[in-house]
Amino acid sequence: MTNTPHKDEITGVDTTGHEWDGIRELNNPLPKWWIYSFYVSIIWSIIYWILMPAWPILTSDGWTYTKGLLGYSQRAVVAAEIQEAQAKLAPFRDKIAASDFSEIVTNPELMTVALASGKAAFGDNCAPCHGSGAQGAVGFPNLNDDEWIWGGSLDEIHTTLKHGIRWDADDDSRFSQMPAFLADEILERGQVEDVATYVLTLNGSFEATEQSARGSVVFAEQCASCHGADGTGNVELGAPNLADHIWLYGGDLPTIVETVSYSRSGVMPAWSNRLSPGTLKELALYVHSLGGGQ
Amino acid sequence: MKHSTIEKNSILLLVLTLIVVAIGGIVEILPTFLINTTIEDVDGVRPYSPLELAGRNIYVREGCYTCHSQMIRSLRSEVERYGPYSLAAESKYDRPFQWGSKRTGPDLARVGGKYSNEWHALHMTDPRAVVTESIMPGYAFLATTPLNYQHMDEHLKTLAMLGDPYDEAMITNAVQDVIVQADPDEDYDDMLERYPGAVVGNFDNKPGVSELDALIAYLQMLGTLVDFSATDSTVFTQ
Repeated sequence: MTNTPHKDEITGVDTTGHEWDGIRELNNPLPKWWIYSFYVSIIWSIIYWILMPAWPILTSDGWTYTKGLLGYSQRAVVAAEIQEAQAKLAPFRDKIAASDFSEIVTNPELMTVALASGKAAFGDNCAPCHGSGAQGAVGFPNLNDDEWIWGGSLDEIHTTLKHGIRWDADDDSRFSQMPAFLADEILERGQVEDVATYVLTLNGSFEATEQSARGSVVFAEQCASCHGADGTGNVELGAPNLADHIWLYGGDLPTIVETVSYSRSGVMPAWSNRLSPGTLKELALYVHSLGGGQ
Repeated sequence: MKHSTIEKNSILLLVLTLIVVAIGGIVEILPTFLINTTIEDVDGVRPYSPLELAGRNIYVREGCYTCHSQMIRSLRSEVERYGPYSLAAESKYDRPFQWGSKRTGPDLARVGGKYSNEWHALHMTDPRAVVTESIMPGYAFLATTPLNYQHMDEHLKTLAMLGDPYDEAMITNAVQDVIVQADPDEDYDDMLERYPGAVVGNFDNKPGVSELDALIAYLQMLGTLVDFSATDSTVFTQ
């Protein structure tokens, strides 16, 4: 093996000087475009270290990092973006947050903003339970109709949104507990069936019979205190109207027997920790506008 | 120094090779020793309660992460939709973390307290019963599968060995803590003292501790531990 580089006769390029069994290796330089791109990227990385956050450093206060001359921070960027978006809406939202519902509903400009923002917030937060069209599901009320378990005025909807229903974590959440009449042994099985049959005569689904007459006695004793003597409910207690055709869990006899036997207690989360006061007002206005607002 | 000099001097070659390999090694190894310096201190983050931990294991077992991420990115659209962006400290007891950039379903980093327990139970059994547009598969079997929690103490012990701050009381009470968190009629005060912010409830509304109980207990605490109302509200409110 010799070490003397020499010029290859055919290509005119120097060899490395290595030789194995007469085979020699050309020492071609790296392509110019490649080598210069390489140098430029090294220079660029140094510029980047100077301008942008880059290296961890140990200071007397513990570990931190070089902040860079530009002071870029993703958190600052998102905060600025949110502030900018909020600033654009501020003329409306500040007014919405500061005004009473009665003032907002008479101001078409504010209502346009409130309903649009309310709709967006509804899709993000409310639709999974109440449906994307607010049509509800079994156990989750339809918000388009005019039956309201806990009240359908703007203020009542707003209260429900802020504090939820039966939401333990919120002290102002409204609670009411229907007894589980069969499970708690308040009524016999036969009495439960009687009262369920009577309940279905209230909206005209069933004709009055001997059984429903027995049920009416049980109803007056056990149910009327919350649902009213005529079964039209009481929004103060969250006791639904039983004399219409709107049912939260189903209006057939077996479902009503199940409801009376084991009770129901739907839960709605409180939103005041999660959404801003303005958003809560916009949501109340949106839900109220769906058709059933009182 | 010429290339040929290095090639012809084996000791020199060895020393220079070691230096190059050491640089590569430091770059790879050093960050794992400094990882704690990159996690900012946040109040409220605690290790998972035994029931939540069991729920997390089911979450991982069922592959929920293939469709759901647990990382709200620091982008305006994400903060407006999901709430305050995720902080590193909020995942510090996750092994492995559940971050991700692929979402078929929504991000779950702050799903805790967003829906009621009943909703979760119905939704796990048949997602389309509550969300008609949903393409999520049903997990009805979770409600009928009893949770295997007899060895939660060993589980906590293992995590303590890895550095999670589970203390003696937490380990000895692990099995009991599972039972009381899934039953509001039990005495759960000690459990709540050990794991502040844990959600107590009979999540599936059936007696006994099912896998569904564990999963809902886990979902109901996701993203709820840090109190963002105490921080700069302009950054964090929706």
